[in-house]
Amino acid sequence: MSKWKKVLSLAAAASMTMSVMAMNVSAADNFMIGGIGPLTGETAVYGIAVKNGAQIAIDEINEAGGVNGVQLEMNFQDDEGDAEKAVNAYNTLMDWGMQMLVGTVTSTPCVAVANESVKDNVFQLTPSGSAVECVANPNVFRVCFSDPNQGIASAQYIGEHKLATKVAVIYNSSDVYSSGIYQKFAEEAANQGLEIVSAEAFTADSNKDFSVQLQKAKDAEAELVFLPIYYTEASLILTQAASMEFAPMFFGCDGLDGILNVEQFDTSLAEDVMLLTPFAADAEDELTQNFVAAYDEAYGETPNQFAADAYDAVYAIKAAIEKSEVTPDMEASDICDAVSQAMTEITLDGVTGLGITWTADGEPSKAPKAVVIKDGAYAAME
Amino acid sequence: MKINKKTKSNLITYGIVIAFYIVVTAMQSAGMISRLMSGLLVPLCVYVILAISLNLTVGILGELSLGHAGFMCVGAFAGAIFSKCTMDTITFQGFRFFLALLVGAAFAGFFGFIIGIPVLRLKGDYLAIVTLAFGEIIKNLINVVYLGVDSTGVKFSMKDYMSMGMAPDGKVIINGAQGITGTPQDSTFGIGVILILVTLFVVLNLIQSRDGRAIMAIRDNRIAAESIGIDVSKYKLKAFAISAALAGVAGVLYAHNLATLTALPKNFGYNQSIMILVFVVLGGIGSIRGSMISAVVLTLLPELLRGLSEYRMLFYAIVLIVMMLLNWAPKAIEWRERLAASFRKKGREA
Repeated sequence: MSKWKKVLSLAAAASMTMSVMAMNVSAADNFMIGGIGPLTGETAVYGIAVKNGAQIAIDEINEAGGVNGVQLEMNFQDDEGDAEKAVNAYNTLMDWGMQMLVGTVTSTPCVAVANESVKDNVFQLTPSGSAVECVANPNVFRVCFSDPNQGIASAQYIGEHKLATKVAVIYNSSDVYSSGIYQKFAEEAANQGLEIVSAEAFTADSNKDFSVQLQKAKDAEAELVFLPIYYTEASLILTQAASMEFAPMFFGCDGLDGILNVEQFDTSLAEDVMLLTPFAADAEDELTQNFVAAYDEAYGETPNQFAADAYDAVYAIKAAIEKSEVTPDMEASDICDAVSQAMTEITLDGVTGLGITWTADGEPSKAPKAVVIKDGAYAAME
Repeated sequence: MKINKKTKSNLITYGIVIAFYIVVTAMQSAGMISRLMSGLLVPLCVYVILAISLNLTVGILGELSLGHAGFMCVGAFAGAIFSKCTMDTITFQGFRFFLALLVGAAFAGFFGFIIGIPVLRLKGDYLAIVTLAFGEIIKNLINVVYLGVDSTGVKFSMKDYMSMGMAPDGKVIINGAQGITGTPQDSTFGIGVILILVTLFVVLNLIQSRDGRAIMAIRDNRIAAESIGIDVSKYKLKAFAISAALAGVAGVLYAHNLATLTALPKNFGYNQSIMILVFVVLGGIGSIRGSMISAVVLTLLPELLRGLSEYRMLFYAIVLIVMMLLNWAPKAIEWRERLAASFRKKGREA
């Protein structure tokens, strides 16, 4: 008994000293790709999707012989959706010998980590950090649309297709993603001749009952309700709107992707809901179908757009490595310079868009796809 | 010169902090410290200050506060707003940060004072209830504040970004839920350690002063304290406001460590308040040194256990329970004393 205790405490002490002490990172034979995202906590569902999506891409690449014959190795660290923990995760990965970073998943930690990675000049590609500040530094790129981009695109889409003139907005004021989209949507709406008749906010602490917000939209005779929010709240909004016999058009962004898989949600309520999303899991093209099949086989569920963004992120890194011809024995900083340059030169056909290119300021250029839900499935919109 | 027992104990506490600083800086310059560890140094200072300041309320004043993260939040945002506004005018970094610390402490202390006036007059657990509510309110309030500066002056809105009506040349300071980004990263380990020492100095001196004895008298027996003419509300208010101000200092340090500051449930919610309370309880209520050590251990532990991935949460919980038992269970205390006695005996024999 006491012997075991000694062994156990010794092992624990050793493992802790190991992580306190600096380790000399040996020149690796593989490319060391770090990942950061919430694997526990409230936003864990996004982090896990990114981890799984990236892992599938890495496994595929390695099976096909790696990048320029070099294998990729991924280490994914948990940040609990918190900026402070994300920086800790980043430092852990730097100790591990990370050369390129896929992360972070959520916006606030992404800004914090981007400020650290620029000091070390480590290449960072965030799959889903959508706030503007995420890619402010020259070493950071992103796969998803930025929040303003989505807000502007939504307003333009509604305006150009003359879907409605009286628009109500229900958004989450405690969420960076949601308030970021709303901000730009409202600015662009004025240019498009849209009238925002009611803009009602909710917060993370009050996201169960939306009858007040819906009633206001109804009283203002809104023809269209814009929902720049995530699908869990949207499913509640749709259910409550139906019960108060309020049937405007509903329009959302990529956060609504996943609404058809909400448990105990009557998907017939989501009929005719429109959303702008770069990824639709039931798209017909071979690339998407292969990815969805691989994801389903590995994790037993349909991938959402976070997984798709991460999948594309890894392939973008692959393309950039091939373009810049960096080798794993180079310093992370040299890799960063070469890969950042190469990122602006590559064109990627991914699951979140065909012919994606990047500009030097880190933004992707890809066309948002508008889909409408018909018979419980996405259908492309003109 | 004869040093009395309390002064000696205090000197040991200061000594621990200084020794920790010397060892860490020496190891750092020798390149023996991992990136993770050096990144954790400032957060460690933040949590140590929080634990010490909460111990003043919980251990010395004997009131339960569940909103310490709220005061930290006030301090963090006040300090960050100050730094962001004066980033271009005050270029001397150290001085600007010093002023930011004062601003943060003043705001947090002021809120502590305001809350304390009605609540500390009551008997019972009302402070716990009110501070819990305060922490949540502050967090939600900051999430709806939009604040910006442009050529025409300060713009403020509680509705949305647009209603602020900013000129295009304006600079956004708080952008609602997106919080403050681009705070200068002024916090360093050295400043953190100095702040810990200042905090210790304030708290330890308060405890040993006349006021401190009055505060502890109120804790131990309110009626007796009242009967000898101690102004109960005044002393309670004093201790509580100081505790809140120190939490504000920790908040400023926190805000200037990361480039982004948002009021999320994760960093300023009641879970954080409870976490700080856990530091204090496990370190020993009323024991300043104990709360310092437990803050360090409990902050480091989840990071050092990263190797266990998801299981670290489980492991962490078990460690908390074991620590609690070791610290507070009568049998465990007995066992500890026996162990200490046998060590002493061995030491004498050797």
